[in-house]
Amino acid sequence: MSILDRHAILERNATLLLVGSLLVVSVGGIVEIAPLFYLENTIEKVEGMRPYSPLELAGRNIYVREGCYVCHSQMIRPFRDEVERYGHYSLAAESMYDHPFQWGSKRTGPDLARVGDRYSNEWHVQHMIEPRSVVPESVMPSYAFLKATPLDVKDVAMSLKANRAVGVPYTDEMIDNALSDLKAQADPNADTSGIEARYPKAKLGDFDGDPQKLTEMDALVAYLQMLGTLVDFSTYDDTTGYR
Amino acid sequence: METYTAMRHFADSWGLLAMTVFFLAVVLFVFRPGARKAAQQAAIIPFVEESARHAGGKPLHTFPHAARKED
Amino acid sequence: MKYTFEMLLLAVGAFLALIGAGFAQDRPFGAHMWVLFFVLIGGAIVLMRRTEFRPAIAGRAPAPQSEYFDEVVKYGVIATMAWGVVGFLVGVVIALQLAFPDLNIEPWFNFGRVRPLHTSAVIFAFGGNALIATSFYVVQRTSRARLFGGDLAWFVFWGYQLFIVMAATGYLLGITQSREYAEPEWYVDLWLTIVWVAYLAVFLGTILKRKEPHIYVANWFYLSFIVTIAMLHVVNNLAVPVSFLGSKSYSAFSGVQDALTQWWYGHNAVGFFLTAGFLAMMYYFIPKQVNRPVYSYRLSIIHFWALIFMYIWAGPHHLHYTALPDWAQTLGMVFSVMLWMPSWGGMINGLMTLSGAWDKVRTDPIVRMMVMAVAFYGMATFEGPMMSIKTVNSLSHYTDWTIGHVHSGALGWNGLITFGAIYYLVPKLWNRERLYSVRMINWHFWLATLGIVVYAAVMWVAGIQQGLMWREYDDQGFLVYSFAETVAAMFPYYVMRAVGGALFLAGALIMAFNITMTILGRVREEEPILGAAPVAQLAE
Repeated sequence: MSILDRHAILERNATLLLVGSLLVVSVGGIVEIAPLFYLENTIEKVEGMRPYSPLELAGRNIYVREGCYVCHSQMIRPFRDEVERYGHYSLAAESMYDHPFQWGSKRTGPDLARVGDRYSNEWHVQHMIEPRSVVPESVMPSYAFLKATPLDVKDVAMSLKANRAVGVPYTDEMIDNALSDLKAQADPNADTSGIEARYPKAKLGDFDGDPQKLTEMDALVAYLQMLGTLVDFSTYDDTTGYR
Repeated sequence: METYTAMRHFADSWGLLAMTVFFLAVVLFVFRPGARKAAQQAAIIPFVEESARHAGGKPLHTFPHAARKED
Repeated sequence: MKYTFEMLLLAVGAFLALIGAGFAQDRPFGAHMWVLFFVLIGGAIVLMRRTEFRPAIAGRAPAPQSEYFDEVVKYGVIATMAWGVVGFLVGVVIALQLAFPDLNIEPWFNFGRVRPLHTSAVIFAFGGNALIATSFYVVQRTSRARLFGGDLAWFVFWGYQLFIVMAATGYLLGITQSREYAEPEWYVDLWLTIVWVAYLAVFLGTILKRKEPHIYVANWFYLSFIVTIAMLHVVNNLAVPVSFLGSKSYSAFSGVQDALTQWWYGHNAVGFFLTAGFLAMMYYFIPKQVNRPVYSYRLSIIHFWALIFMYIWAGPHHLHYTALPDWAQTLGMVFSVMLWMPSWGGMINGLMTLSGAWDKVRTDPIVRMMVMAVAFYGMATFEGPMMSIKTVNSLSHYTDWTIGHVHSGALGWNGLITFGAIYYLVPKLWNRERLYSVRMINWHFWLATLGIVVYAAVMWVAGIQQGLMWREYDDQGFLVYSFAETVAAMFPYYVMRAVGGALFLAGALIMAFNITMTILGRVREEEPILGAAPVAQLAE
């Protein structure tokens, strides 16, 4: 059989067509995605990154649940206007414990990668309850129900375990203390030495304005207030970031 | 940096060349003169079904436009 | 008909859903399992009412193998139309929510939960049903064989509808992975995987038992769409659930790797779901409607291989200037720009099929709709590569320009080609002489086209203005606008965009009416379109 007749084989054999197209569509993904897992210059070496505290993780889950990524990015691009508006451009290292990533694709609202420490807890709570009372131009929906909804804390240790299964370095100690750490972070009267040792720079105290209740608002504000605050940029050398 | 540089070098030279050659080979292969007949047969498949119904189950390859010159 | 096995399956499923609801780890999962329970019980009751208590021998004989299996295609056409109207309606609602935020109803109908409902309803419910229905129709006719697997095709159809219902209700309950266009959580993903494997089996099985020596090119596109979506779906949804009785899972990848995996998926959901599959429609329905074989069959072969090879690489253009390594961004950009060529090769192939029959654009509104679809395909596949150039992307990314771009592709290309295919299919499937009204297609065509043009133009202006306002500096070197001011500036555009969407929705409603009347067997008394069929035939 001459080589020219082989064309007919491919064209007439459905299984071969299936395998052939599967091979063809695999190439691009393998070449682009696989190296990201082992090329050492994909993620910069930085100081300060740590896994989310249990309360922050619970807040992040609410951020995901409400689809905040639909309107808010968490990825500051290295342009003058973005850096002036939002802060230092985002590093790959800053989302290394993000399962899933929340970089977003649309800015109907502003970028939130470094929103932590920018506003007070009271501002955030008011903004969630009635966005237009603090930003008249805002088109954000109201999230008042978060303050009325008690935080579901039942599966917090299991959440940490699931995160460990996908590569987040939660220690046994962190998992054992998950529930007490979660409660302590939002309780102004609690002993916080343990959580401060396990999760440096964690924001402590009451978040939603009601110390008696642990609500979804507490968790979400705790998450927002730590966004972009972990990496110590005084020790980061921008020139090593070139990839 | 070592693996990155090596892979980048390969991608920018032999990898690129191999893909270009492969692409051109595929184009030449598909448009070789011998493939014309097969392509014409395949192109009229959507109309064979209707013709078959008229001819009582026997495929009828007399679609008016089938003879249109390919390309 | 007896449905013993099916009813048993539904009852067992409903029972399992009840257990899931009872032992749920979190509230959303419990609510979701109640939804599943009622859907399955409802299905079982419907089947029970359809059971005929006659001896099996007296029952209907199974359809002869020589006949095409079109019943499932009919259901698919109706589902496409119904989900389409729902998806467009939700789109208009969320467009209005952006202009008038008081229309948000927390917590279930806030924008963040409803937007995924809109995108999934349009892409997966409307587009997916269109793909399943047309692929079942086309593969039978181009293989001259009945669908493989018998009732497996019914499983594919109903299993897919269940996936849609579970995904949609999940979004409203707050069950989401936050992966764009892959939002459903792990258990819904697993269900879709099962349905998809069955779909592949039906489709591939039909090709394998064909009576035609060649595999028609439309089937190549359908096949690559099915198999590539399977690959993308499985890899992108790899995750570890917190509990097997809970709704939450954590993605297997994190940060930069997760981002590229997601956009490798996201872009190829466009490339294979919304492009390859719909190109298969183009390669069958345009030749059929204009009664001419495709312009160049051999160009379509190149089109196929080049398109499926290049599309996969284009994902990183969604991540320009992010923390993704530069080499990956550049690679994504280069392939995206190259992708322009196979895309336009396919467009030219589709349009040139009309050569010698261009008068049909004037006389046949269905042809006009298909031609406009291909024209929008060409426009969107020019705009896409342009926006993937890094300097352009630095302005367009994060703005409404992107939204305008996807809608000129989705409404213009996917919407119009699907409408054309349905207008072609309905009289054939229900054995009607013609559609209820041909003039209504004309109305639909102009409403849809006007709607898309308004939508795309408004979003184009809005996006560019937004991007320029974000980066505008004054003489002193200060940023001119606060973010809130750029939000306020979008108000008129968001209103006009909603108007564009409403026009498109109005067209779809006219179509739904036209299709319904055709299925009911009505024919509208109306003047034929000038120069239509009889005259054209004389000229030939």
